[in-house]
Amino acid sequence: MISVYHYMSVAAILFAMGTYGVLTRRNAIVIFMCIELMLNSVNLTFIALSRHLQSMDGQIFVFFVMTVAAAEAAVGLALMITFYRNRDSIDVDDMNLLKL
Amino acid sequence: MYDKLWLIPFFPLLGCIINGLLGKRFIKNEKVIGAIGTGAVFLSFLVSCKYFIQLLGDSVKSHENIVASWISVGNLQVDWGFLLDPLSALMLMVVCGVGSLIHLYSIGYMHGEEGFYRYFSYLNLFVFSMLMLVLGNNALVMFVGWEGVGLCSYLLIGYYIEKQSAGDAAKKAFVMNRVGDFGFLLGLFIIFWTLGSKHGVWTINFVEISENAHLMSGDMMLGAGVTTVATLCFFLGATGKSAQLPLYTWLPDAMEGPTPVSALIHAATMVTAGVYMIGRMNVLFAMSPTTMFVVAMVGALTAIFAATIGFAQNDIKRVLAYSTVSQLGFMFIAMGVGAFTAGIFHLMTHAFFKACLFLGSGSVIHAMHHALHHAHLDDDAQDMRNMGGLRKKMPVTWATFGISCLAISGLPFFSGFFSKDEILWWAFASTRGSMLVWGIAVIAAFMTAFYMFRCLYMTFYGEQRTNPKAKDHIHESPWLITLPLVVLAFLATVGGLIGIPHVLGNLLGHIPNKLEHFLAPVFEHSQKLHQIEAHGSAATEFGLMGFSVVVALAGIVLATIMYIRNPELPGRFTAKFSQLHRAVFNKWYVDEAYDALFVNSTKNLGIFCWKGFDVKVVDGIVNGVAKLVGALAATLRHTQTGLFQNYALTMVLGTVVMLAIFILN
Amino acid sequence: MEIIFFYLVALVAVVSGFLVIRCQSPVNSALGLVNTFFCLAIFYVMLHAPFMAAVQVMVYAGAIMVLILFVIMLLNLGTEARKRYTHGIVWSSLASLLVLFNVIYFIKRGRVTGAEGDITTFMVESVGHTELIGKAMFTEFLLPFEIASVLLLVAIVGAVVLAKKQV
Repeated sequence: MISVYHYMSVAAILFAMGTYGVLTRRNAIVIFMCIELMLNSVNLTFIALSRHLQSMDGQIFVFFVMTVAAAEAAVGLALMITFYRNRDSIDVDDMNLLKL
Repeated sequence: MYDKLWLIPFFPLLGCIINGLLGKRFIKNEKVIGAIGTGAVFLSFLVSCKYFIQLLGDSVKSHENIVASWISVGNLQVDWGFLLDPLSALMLMVVCGVGSLIHLYSIGYMHGEEGFYRYFSYLNLFVFSMLMLVLGNNALVMFVGWEGVGLCSYLLIGYYIEKQSAGDAAKKAFVMNRVGDFGFLLGLFIIFWTLGSKHGVWTINFVEISENAHLMSGDMMLGAGVTTVATLCFFLGATGKSAQLPLYTWLPDAMEGPTPVSALIHAATMVTAGVYMIGRMNVLFAMSPTTMFVVAMVGALTAIFAATIGFAQNDIKRVLAYSTVSQLGFMFIAMGVGAFTAGIFHLMTHAFFKACLFLGSGSVIHAMHHALHHAHLDDDAQDMRNMGGLRKKMPVTWATFGISCLAISGLPFFSGFFSKDEILWWAFASTRGSMLVWGIAVIAAFMTAFYMFRCLYMTFYGEQRTNPKAKDHIHESPWLITLPLVVLAFLATVGGLIGIPHVLGNLLGHIPNKLEHFLAPVFEHSQKLHQIEAHGSAATEFGLMGFSVVVALAGIVLATIMYIRNPELPGRFTAKFSQLHRAVFNKWYVDEAYDALFVNSTKNLGIFCWKGFDVKVVDGIVNGVAKLVGALAATLRHTQTGLFQNYALTMVLGTVVMLAIFILN
Repeated sequence: MEIIFFYLVALVAVVSGFLVIRCQSPVNSALGLVNTFFCLAIFYVMLHAPFMAAVQVMVYAGAIMVLILFVIMLLNLGTEARKRYTHGIVWSSLASLLVLFNVIYFIKRGRVTGAEGDITTFMVESVGHTELIGKAMFTEFLLPFEIASVLLLVAIVGAVVLAKKQV
């Protein structure tokens, strides 16, 4: 029988991988994708627990997470386009205007 | 009846505020500003007159008028209260009367000056402070006035703000007064604390202090009576304000201010505040013979010391300044020997003739200045060596100046004669007096007569030593200047008649000593209580009187011989005693000594605090902290890479750690 | 049977996730991510949440990934420079491993309680998942739902403003 722990373990692995990606990759879009990966791992946890607890709340949360992710995608990608237009790159190492 | 006393200081305050706030931008017109300033003081004078007359006909001689509560903390209750008694009433008349004359004079004298409005604003403020000093019913209100007049003195000495010497003189006056004020406050604290803690009378009200002073007669402090210590402290305050040894050096320098200021503040009113203060606290002073002796000795020494310096000064105002110091010495002699009435009497007559002298010198300076200015010369307008023979050119000034010289020298029937003679008599015959004090005072009186007439002769007689180019431009001053001169000269002549000594009064047909009678409610009590009285036969008194007249005449005659008959004589004397002359001319090097003793040591201490302590220790700590932070930041800035992933890494690690702590717990 | 299927899907999901973080080309990463999303959708179905699975496929795998790929194409991004790629890798590995251990330990140690709600498998199958979600969404969670709509509006406006030619 597949327990809630199985799902959560998978989610944990995916989350850790997403973290690793965010911390190592330089390409802003890939980082963005890694964040989506982390969000999805959390979504999986939510739905697994929602199922386990026989409640609808977790799934509603996932719904909102998706909404936020969509909004984030729209704004984030617009930001990247703007940045690329100005600096000809979307390498996060070039995003150093805050550094003296 | 006496509930409008606050009006007296109110008018000058109002004038000060109006002129100070609106004078520069809105009023501008000199005549209006002058009228406001003079009018304010004159209104005070009218109110003072009303109350003075009212007090004359009143059987109760002491009236308090509480306007508002000021400080109310525990046992300390201080009110904005005014006290009208014969002493303060007389002072009111002097301050407001002389004050309004000098305001009037100032309109003419200060004509065309840059800060005309500022001048009148300060002058009004001064009168206000002086009236607070005089009227205050407790020591704290008096202290407000005491500090206020010091401030105004500072402002007015430094009136010519573009002159370095004026600024220095102002600072000097302020600092020296501060030394005295410290004594005043200390004395006040001692009295307040002793009366309060030992006898349960928590008060700084003058009337209450006087009533309860006898309680302190047995109290000791620092091996001496409390009253002795306290009154010595008060006297220190008086020496500062009234320019006595050792704190007199600021007064001659204060002549940097405009001449009417010298007349009002540094001759007629402010510098007499110390005398007034002793009069106000006569009960305390009478309790301590030691203090009284110190006061008399300091007064006598000051009188003769300042007189010697007056011999050799060439600046007309400086001669008058040293004369003022000397005359203040006389007043302190009077206070010291218990002749309170005589002291106040001399204060009053001195206000008349010295104000007249100062205003006369101002008139001369004014004329000289215009003439020299007209002729485009840079000669010193105050140096008597540039004057001479002004009698014909300025007859009114000459006449009034001469009358005042006669008065200050103490020639019979001029005001100075009565007051000075009374002091000398008391110094000789009082239970608190001594031959020593009397002897010094007589010598000082002789010297006074000599140098005052030297001044008169050098200015108005002899050949005209003014540069020929400017000679013909010297004219008599306008009426705004001469009118106060005439009034003051008149007062200097007849002002003494209110205090004719008993012996003389008896001789002339039972003329009472009106002043003594008037002031008796203030002084009589303490004089009787401590057996302070002048006793001696009428013959002795007449003898002394005659002697002092002879002495004064001798001074005048000597001056006449030296400066009229044989004008080359002073030069020969100077050549013969060149060492002595130089010492006197340089004021016995007192300023230099003070510089060496106090000023430089203080300065060195300051320099040490600055370079040794402030720069090295304080700045060292501050800079060290800054450097430490800088070094720390230089190390830590390596963590601030500007790369967001490093920040994200830190964030993740932080979250991990927090989660780990949460789990492990 | 089911557990084998689960492990299979989990393996695909993890490998796809690994591809996301390791591929040089962003396009390949994107394809790996799409693969992961599909795997998650399968998990949702297995968890009796068919509506969520549908949304996952449509919103994530469809809309968002298309948007990302569109941007990648638009910016014509090539592969990352090799030497820059290795920067900070040790610390990052450590950090993510710590995260993994933390979470696994957390899961292992934690006690998930039993059923609390009344949404049983039977109920989901008889009433329908979509209806249940709809009821919860438009009754209990109406206000957050409306706020989410405002959020989306703001995001649209922001995106338009940012992507305009003159910023």
